[in-house]
Amino acid sequence: MEATEQGPIDVEAVRADFPILEREVAGGEDLVYLDNAATSHTPEPVVDAIADYYRRYNSNVHRGLHELSQEASVAYEDAHDKLAAFVGGEDREEMVFTKNTTEAENLVAFAWGLNELGPGDEVVLTQMEHHASLVTWQQVADETGAEVKYIPITDDGYLDMDAAADMITDDTALVNAVHISNTLGTVNPVGELADIAHDHGAYIFVDGAQAAPTRAVDVQEIDADFYAFSGHKMLGPTGIGCLYGKRHLLAEMEPFLYGGDMIERVSYEDATWNDPPWKFEAGTPVIAQGIALAEAVDYLQDIGMDAIRAHEEALTEYAYDQLTMTDDVDVYGPPGDDRGAVVSFNVDGIHAHDLSSILNDYGVAIRAGDHCTQPLHDTLGVPASARASFYLYNTRDEVDALVAAVDEARQIFAP
Amino acid sequence: MSMGSDMYRQQILDHYRNPRNQGELPEPSFTHEGYNPSCGDELEFDVALDDDGETIAHVAFRGDGCAISQASASMLSEELPGMTLAEVDALDRDDILDMLGVEVTPMRIKCAVLSEKVVQDGAEIYTGDGDEADRTTTEDDA
Repeated sequence: MEATEQGPIDVEAVRADFPILEREVAGGEDLVYLDNAATSHTPEPVVDAIADYYRRYNSNVHRGLHELSQEASVAYEDAHDKLAAFVGGEDREEMVFTKNTTEAENLVAFAWGLNELGPGDEVVLTQMEHHASLVTWQQVADETGAEVKYIPITDDGYLDMDAAADMITDDTALVNAVHISNTLGTVNPVGELADIAHDHGAYIFVDGAQAAPTRAVDVQEIDADFYAFSGHKMLGPTGIGCLYGKRHLLAEMEPFLYGGDMIERVSYEDATWNDPPWKFEAGTPVIAQGIALAEAVDYLQDIGMDAIRAHEEALTEYAYDQLTMTDDVDVYGPPGDDRGAVVSFNVDGIHAHDLSSILNDYGVAIRAGDHCTQPLHDTLGVPASARASFYLYNTRDEVDALVAAVDEARQIFAP
Repeated sequence: MSMGSDMYRQQILDHYRNPRNQGELPEPSFTHEGYNPSCGDELEFDVALDDDGETIAHVAFRGDGCAISQASASMLSEELPGMTLAEVDALDRDDILDMLGVEVTPMRIKCAVLSEKVVQDGAEIYTGDGDEADRTTTEDDA
């Protein structure tokens, strides 16, 4: 019944895998979890995968010749293959496990940026970048003498591609763009940006934190040089992020962190480096998280990324339409039928944090603040916004609960 | 039902909608501003002291932000005249929560205490105990 009403996902069956969605908050309200762009919940098979690892074959990888270590090593390495394939990469040599998307940005900034950038080089970002890339490239530019530029956004929250074509020049060394804005929901034409960057001999780093969990991604079709995303936003555990990098780039790049496992041969004087991806995974890596994230990929692919995307687009458009039915709501970004699964908004006369506090009374969990895009909020001319974000387990009823709770807040703040 | 709704009692909303002592003083003894990064709340207080240089005579403030931060500033601006700087220095979080008279959820404490921190830091700078360059933030205060 749900499936026909909401698209190709059996939401009721999906929700049964997420016990947290059954809990009550605010002293007896059903939880309505609409903060998925911040972090998603974890289904039972993924929780089981973590428990199974610790209960049955917990062991360090690449170090022991005993059976437990072999089992852990094989599972951990296979997880790299699975995550590479998840975004269209070939195999493990193109897939580095990091702590999160932010660390993936920092890895490339330190291993490539600090070594390759200098005065006269330009790094082109977008006005809708997350602090993960924005702050990182600012600091690298400061350190190296390179310059950071920002592709502006149009009034309706799209990237100004004419400006992009002008700003990306032969001086550009790297373009860094969010695939989907975590604030505006804008789906950026990253393939087009990649073409422009490559025409000028520049690389492109795509921040896929909001895209990889919610749609099929193909790094080869985009022709991304780097593509990063976070495990905890796609049903996996916290503490793991993924960096796809083109094989030859990862091979040529210097290491990011030094230590065990990332080396090939060490003497008292010097060391040589292991092959990618291990070259970039110094010390005991994210073993349990990597194995669990591979399980999350299985879970997502069993449902199907296209089905998940269709479900979210329908919910997002419905939420956009419901929220904008009253004149006192400003929604930021593109129209409801052309965006990722986030809706950021403000209600006249109610600060986003007050709104979020009141929504919590009705069990509705949203994000309020600057969503790690302070400069973008400056551009929008607001200090903060409220953000609802949807995932495969959300329902139209939950959107209705959001809209009803917003109306309660409106009544409380009514003059 | 839950703590959150209690935060928005009529008194808080009244001070938020009709802030008392909003504006500027012609000749403040000191002025200080502060910022709460978690909500983006901003407050700037002018404080004028009596001839004794100790007792607060007048207060005015300007601000922008959530209802809790702005109501707290408005209510504090009514409490301050007549207090000495030593008494202001002795104010703590509980005094502010008593003044607000509502249960403030843990994540919103920073909003509530911003006004107190701004006035205290301003007084410290005025009496020479604080660093002139500091702008108050409540980031480390939750």
